[in-house]
Amino acid sequence: MSSPINLQHVNVKLLAKNPEQVDLEPLIPVFHNWIEGQIFEELLLDVADYRHVQAGPGVVLIGHQANYSVDNTDNRLGVRYNRKAPLEGSNQDRLQQAARAALTAFERLESEARLNGKLRFNGQEIKVYVNDRLMAPNSDSTREALKPELGAFLGKLFQGSEYKLSHGSDPRSLVAVEVKANRAFSVSELLANLAS
Amino acid sequence: MKSSNALWKDALSGKMPENLAREVDIYETEITLRKQGKIDERLFAETRLRRGTYGQRYDNGQRYDGTKFQEIHYPSGELTKGPNTMWDAPGMQRIKIPGGGLNADQLETMADLAEEYSDDIAHITTRQDFQLHYIHIDDTPSLMRRLAAAGITTREACGNSVRNVTACPYAGVCQDEAFDVTPYSRALAKFLLGHPDCQNFGRKFKPAFSGCAQHACGLTNIHDVGFIASTRVENGAEKRGFQMFAGGGLGAVPYMAKLFDSFVPVEEILPLTQAIARVYARLGEKKNRNRARIKFLIQDLGIEKFKQLVLEERKTLPYDPRWTDFVKDAEQFTEAPLAAGGESPSTDSAGFKRWLATNTRPQKQPGYVVVTVALPLGDITANQLRSLADVVRRFTKETIRTTVEQNFVIRWVSQSDLAEVYKALEAVGLGDPGAGALVDIVTCPGTDTCKLGISSSRGLAGELRTRLAESSFRMDESVQHLHIKISGCFNSCGQHHVADLGFYGVSRKMGGFAVPHFQVVLGGEWEHNGGSYGLPVVAIPSKNIPQVVTRLTERYVADRATGETFKDFVKRVGKVELKKALEDLAKPPADPTDPSFFSDWGDPREYTLGDMGVGECAGEVVSSVEFDLAAAEREVFEAQIALESGEIEKAGQTAYHSMIHAAKALVKISDPNISDDPVQIIGEFRTRLYDTQKFWDPYAGGKFANYLFDAHQKADQAYTGDSSRYLIDEAQLFIDAAHSCYNKMGTTVGV
Repeated sequence: MSSPINLQHVNVKLLAKNPEQVDLEPLIPVFHNWIEGQIFEELLLDVADYRHVQAGPGVVLIGHQANYSVDNTDNRLGVRYNRKAPLEGSNQDRLQQAARAALTAFERLESEARLNGKLRFNGQEIKVYVNDRLMAPNSDSTREALKPELGAFLGKLFQGSEYKLSHGSDPRSLVAVEVKANRAFSVSELLANLAS
Repeated sequence: MKSSNALWKDALSGKMPENLAREVDIYETEITLRKQGKIDERLFAETRLRRGTYGQRYDNGQRYDGTKFQEIHYPSGELTKGPNTMWDAPGMQRIKIPGGGLNADQLETMADLAEEYSDDIAHITTRQDFQLHYIHIDDTPSLMRRLAAAGITTREACGNSVRNVTACPYAGVCQDEAFDVTPYSRALAKFLLGHPDCQNFGRKFKPAFSGCAQHACGLTNIHDVGFIASTRVENGAEKRGFQMFAGGGLGAVPYMAKLFDSFVPVEEILPLTQAIARVYARLGEKKNRNRARIKFLIQDLGIEKFKQLVLEERKTLPYDPRWTDFVKDAEQFTEAPLAAGGESPSTDSAGFKRWLATNTRPQKQPGYVVVTVALPLGDITANQLRSLADVVRRFTKETIRTTVEQNFVIRWVSQSDLAEVYKALEAVGLGDPGAGALVDIVTCPGTDTCKLGISSSRGLAGELRTRLAESSFRMDESVQHLHIKISGCFNSCGQHHVADLGFYGVSRKMGGFAVPHFQVVLGGEWEHNGGSYGLPVVAIPSKNIPQVVTRLTERYVADRATGETFKDFVKRVGKVELKKALEDLAKPPADPTDPSFFSDWGDPREYTLGDMGVGECAGEVVSSVEFDLAAAEREVFEAQIALESGEIEKAGQTAYHSMIHAAKALVKISDPNISDDPVQIIGEFRTRLYDTQKFWDPYAGGKFANYLFDAHQKADQAYTGDSSRYLIDEAQLFIDAAHSCYNKMGTTVGV
C-alpha cells in the first residue's frame, strides 16, 4: 500500500502530429499577442525562444503561475503546461486543471492562422510530469502512489476508453508517465470530457 | 513558489557544509524580514545581489507590448525586492563556478535546478558562471541549499563584491602554459570569499588567472586583477610566480590592465590581493558608482602611486597562515586521466572530421585531448546536462570546466575514445562543430532578460548562428577563426571590445521612429588575454547586421595580406574605408513602411510603435537634431582616426567637441538660439537636461552627462594616449545617450 501523494506542479504535455512539419518561429508573435491580451487566467509575462537548443523547451510563454510552451524535450514535440504556483484543491483538481490548460492552449494553437494548421494534437499521446523532486521523487513508490490518481483522472479524460501507461528509465528525470489512448481524441473532445 | 520550499532545509540537513547552510539560513531570514517590511528595500536588494539573485526585465511592473505599456499586476501587490523591483517578478540567479571547474554531480544538480525552478535551460556566462532565468525569489533559498549540498555557493556572485575568480579552462593541460594555475586560482577564490576586507567596495572586483600571455583564455587584461603564470630561476631552482596586473575592465569605457609587478612569488598573491582590496575599499569611489571600479582609482592615482599604497598596506597586514598553506599542495596539484592515452582516430565521416578539427585540442600530455562542447548562445537543457555528466563520468575523472566563450571543455579525453565521445555528444545535440570559430558567437542576455538591454543581442546571435552554421565552414580558412561578440548595450557583458567583429546595442531614430541598432566595433583582439580594445565605427540597424558580417568577412578574404590578422587588416585598410563600405547599411530601409525593420531579431513587437503618435510639428526639429547628432558622430569617428594616426591632442580635442556638438543638439530643441560657446552650452545643458533628469539613463543615471562635464572641465589640459582613448569611448557613449534622450523626448515632449 503506497502512501498518499500531494500532487503539485503538475505538467501536462500533449504530443503533436507530424512534428517535422511544425515551424516554431510563428509562435513567438502568437505568444506575444497572448501576453498583450492576457488571454488566460494566469498572469502572462514574457516569451523565451530556445529553438537553438536541440530537444529543448522550444518556445516558452513565461507566466507567473505557469509556463506554456511548444516543447521538444526528448525530441517529442508537444504543447506543455508547466504549473509553477501551488494550487488549492484535490489531486484530481490539479491534474484536471493542468490538462485543461494544456488542451485550451492547444485548441487555440490549432486554430491559429499564423501556424497554418500545422500544429495538431496527435490524438492519443499525453505525458504527465510532476515537477518537484522532493515531493514526487522519480521512484517506483511515487508511481505506485500516482496510479490511483492517474486512473481516476484518465478515466474521466478518456471517458472509459482504454489506454496504456509507460515511463522512462532514467531515475534522474522528473517522475513522469506517458499515456497512450487506444483511440484518437480531438482536443475539443477531451475538453468536453473534462467538463462533463 | 514551490510547495517543497519549506521542506528542503530538513531534507538536506547534514548534507550541506555548515558555513553554507548558515549563509542560506541568514538569507532566508532576511527574505522573511523584507516581507514583513523590517528591512529597507535598498538594503535587501544589495543583500540578495550578494547572493547572486538579480532582477530581470519587466520587474518594475511594466511591459511594453508593442502598442502600449501594460501594468503587470503581480499577486504580491506592492511588495518589492529592491527599488522599483516587484517581489513576484521573475529574476535571474547567478551561480559562481570558480575557474569553471565542476564535477558530474554538480552538473546534475544544475540540471535539476534548471528544470524545477527555471525554464529547463542553464546558461553559461562570459565569466564561467551559470545563470538561471525566470526564478521566483521565494524559491532561491531552496535552490541555494541544493547547490550548497553539491558544494557550490552563490555568495558574492553579484553585488559590490569579489566576483567569480576565473581561470584558463586549459590550465594543467595547455601546451603553452608556464604551469597549472588551477590551485592558485582556487586558493584565491576561497581566501577572498566573504573576506572582511572585501565587504566595503564601491563596485565589483573581478580576478582572473591565465597560464600564458599569448592566448585569450584567461582574459587577464580585462580584469580588476589579473595573474599570468611565470617562472624564474632562483638559486638554481625554478620558482613559480605571477605577472600581476591591475585596473583592467570593460564596461562602457574599457581600460587595459596595467602591469603591477612583473613577478609576484606565489606566496605573495593572496596577501597582495588582500592589500589591493583594502586600498580599493578605502580609496575607491563610493558615491558615484559609475566611477567606482578600481580602474578609475588606478587611472586617477597612476599605477606607480597605487602600487606604492598597496605595498605600504601589505606591510600592515596581520599574518594569515592561509596565504601560504596552499602552496605546497599547489605545486603537487595534478589531475589524472581515467583511461590510457591513445592514438588519434582515423575516419571517413565528414561530420566527425569537422568536429575533430574545431572541437578538439591536443593536451601537453601525449595521447590526450581537450574536447570542447560548443553551446549555442551558451544555453544547455537539463537533459543535456545529465547526458554531459554521463560523458564525463564514462570517459574522464569528471574533469570538465566552463569557458569564457560560454562553452564546456572536457579535459583528459583519451584520443582513442574520441569516436565514442563524439557519438555520445552528438546523440544529445551537443556535437556541433565550430567551437571557438566564427559561428561560435558569444552574447550577453540583452533584451531577452536583462533590464539594461537596448537591442536583442541573443536574437542577433541566433540569427547569425543560423546563417553561419553551414556557410562558415565553406568560407575561407582565415575567416573561420574570427570571433563575433555581441552585447545588448554598452556595458560589454558580451565582451564586444575584444572581438574581431564586436557589436553593442544602441537605439537610433529613423523617419521619426526608434529603430534598434548595433554599433559595429572593430580593432579588438581576443588573443593575448584580450590584447587590444576595438572602437565603434558606425551604428547600423539590427536587421542589417548580418550584411555587415558578410561584407567585412568578404572584404577581409579579398584584401587580406598573407598571414594578416583581422585586427591588422582593420588597421591597414583603415576605419574610414571600412566605415564607407558599411555606410549604405546605416540608412533607413527603401520601404519605410516595412514593419520588420522597426522590430528587433526574435522580438516581433514594434520597437517604435510607442513613438508613432509624435506630432507632425516635430518634423523640423527632428531633422535638425538628427542632423546635429549625426555630425557629432562623425566628429567622434574623426577623433578615433586621429588617435590611430598618433595625433593624440587632436583626437582628444575632437572627441570633446563632438560631445559639445551633441549637447548643443539637444539644448537647441528648447533653446533654438543657443550659441556655439561651450560654456553656455554646458550651462544650458545642465539646467535644461541634467538637472531636470531628462538626459538621465534609467539605470546609469547621470553617468553620461558627467562624461561631458568632466571632459569640459579638463578641456584645457593636454591629452595623453590613454586619456584621449577613454574620451573617445565616453564621447561615443554620450552621443548614444543623446540619441536615447532624443528618442524619449519624442514620446514625451508632445511636440
